[in-house]
Amino acid sequence: MERPMTMAEKILADRAGLASVEPGELVEVPVDLTLANDITAPLAIKIFEETRINRVFDPERIVLVMDHFTPNKDIKSAEQVRMCREFARRFRIRNYYEGGACGIEHALLPELGLVVPGDIVIGADSHTCTYGALGAFATGVGSTDLAATWITGRTWFKVPETIRFVYRGRLKPWVTGKDLILYTIGDIGVDGALYMAMEFAGEVIRRLSMAERFTMANMAIEAGGKVGLIEPDRKILNYVRSRARRSPRIYRSDRKARYREVREYDCSKIELQVAFPHLPSNVKPITEIPEIPIDQVVIGSCTNGRLEDLAIAARILKGRKVNPNVRAIIIPATPRIYREALRRGYLRVFLEAGAIVSPPTCGPCLGGHMGILAKGERAVATTNRNFVGRMGHPESEVYLAGPAVAAASAVLGRIGSPEELGLKEEA
Amino acid sequence: MMRVRGRAFKFGDNVDTDVIIPARYLNTTDPKELAKHCMEDADPDFVKKVQPGDIIVAGRNFGCGSSREHAPVAIKAAGISCVIAESFARIFYRNAFNTGLLILESPEASRDIEEGDELEVDPESGEIRNLTKGKVYKVKPLPPFMRELLKDGGLIPHLICKYRNARLEDE
Ligand code: SF4
Repeated sequence: MERPMTMAEKILADRAGLASVEPGELVEVPVDLTLANDITAPLAIKIFEETRINRVFDPERIVLVMDHFTPNKDIKSAEQVRMCREFARRFRIRNYYEGGACGIEHALLPELGLVVPGDIVIGADSHTCTYGALGAFATGVGSTDLAATWITGRTWFKVPETIRFVYRGRLKPWVTGKDLILYTIGDIGVDGALYMAMEFAGEVIRRLSMAERFTMANMAIEAGGKVGLIEPDRKILNYVRSRARRSPRIYRSDRKARYREVREYDCSKIELQVAFPHLPSNVKPITEIPEIPIDQVVIGSCTNGRLEDLAIAARILKGRKVNPNVRAIIIPATPRIYREALRRGYLRVFLEAGAIVSPPTCGPCLGGHMGILAKGERAVATTNRNFVGRMGHPESEVYLAGPAVAAASAVLGRIGSPEELGLKEEA
Repeated sequence: MMRVRGRAFKFGDNVDTDVIIPARYLNTTDPKELAKHCMEDADPDFVKKVQPGDIIVAGRNFGCGSSREHAPVAIKAAGISCVIAESFARIFYRNAFNTGLLILESPEASRDIEEGDELEVDPESGEIRNLTKGKVYKVKPLPPFMRELLKDGGLIPHLICKYRNARLEDE
């Protein structure tokens, strides 16, 4: 009998043409999609050109998204984008996104149907693991790995061990996938899944929206994980069906698969979470947080800039005002989300509350532009990292939270929950 | 592979890529420009103090965070010959090999070495010698695949060799 395998092992075995694989084994696999952005593509292009190999493996499988410093913040970043644009023209890469077509890469690719379940995706961006929410083996690499795959169409992986996380029970009001993943990282630490695959399962995961699943898979890297996988179910297949250009391959873990560890969580005990500076694992439940005044709120990024996140923010900000001491910056993650937020009236709610609505960009998430913190300033952000200097000055502070806490904090002028505004979540 | 020698610069756990090279400087790919800001947010004078050959010694999960290859590139261009840590974040680990930055995992060395210790690293024999303390730490051997990559001088030279050979066979 064949060895029972986890989802990660099955994808790698199948695509490497092997009957089974074991953790620790090195495998070579074909790559279905590659991704780079305006920071990592220029380096990959330089490396590619050094090889003097003048062709790419398949222009349809190369995606370039100019999202980090868009709209270009200075001359140097504009030059980098021009270099990418010329590269895309030269090799007839159609999946090149810039200007009004550009959204944050990890929100944009699934939305456009570029990734399907069972895919192997490498991206020169650490949050490439987001597509694990579609059941794809997707992970971040550096520019050299990426340039090599542009040439060969292949890459190598060490088969990871898998930790399975099972979420049971019912979620408390306002709690979303962001709180679950922050809680999980708080539990296992920022290297708790180092080199490993994380598998998210249980009835709570099945009930989560696609947006929340993307949020969870997105932050697998914040626990050191290689991939953050969710088994394809009907919700995923429905999501993919309307957009995909290729057919999905469905892989699910065997019941008897061997895990490094299985961890179970009772979600009825998980409150809204906030990660304190300067590590995503430094989490506290909202009820144990002292009075912390803030200067800025950012709602956006590849973690929480989707329509569902904006809907939560709009519910909380409707008819309220952003505290005069706070800059609230709201960043729809893609042009489509932006248009839909406009159609549903969210943007009007934000503007009437006194928030700033930015075009889709990574911007402040990585301290690039569009909302940089001064020395000593504090921000609540729905992003994924709160490292030293991540959003600006090395002595500024970032507190990570979901959209509910971020929007409520914008009104309160300090870190707080929607319940403090007298808001109740409808069941 | 060459032996390297230099003084130790110590850092703690979870040194992330935003500390190694902050995103505000990522509007360039020039190694010299990047090197100017290496570790700036952890120690603003780091680059001034480093002499060619010096060695970074850190705790767990070195290089966590972003996939930016600018991080190992900046470290190498700043003159650092080797990074020793208890463990490395996985993307950083790959990137270091691909860009030819020598890195070694050794919990023992990471704990025992102190700031300023004079070190000599021999990647062939897998030994880190602490000349100040007169101690030797053994390192986990590299997987054969990694050794092959390093022998070819990184991933790209490896590819160029492979493609050139393939083309010769075609002709
Ligand atoms: S939004 Fe932030 S984390 Fe996501 S890709 Fe952009 S910079 Fe990276």
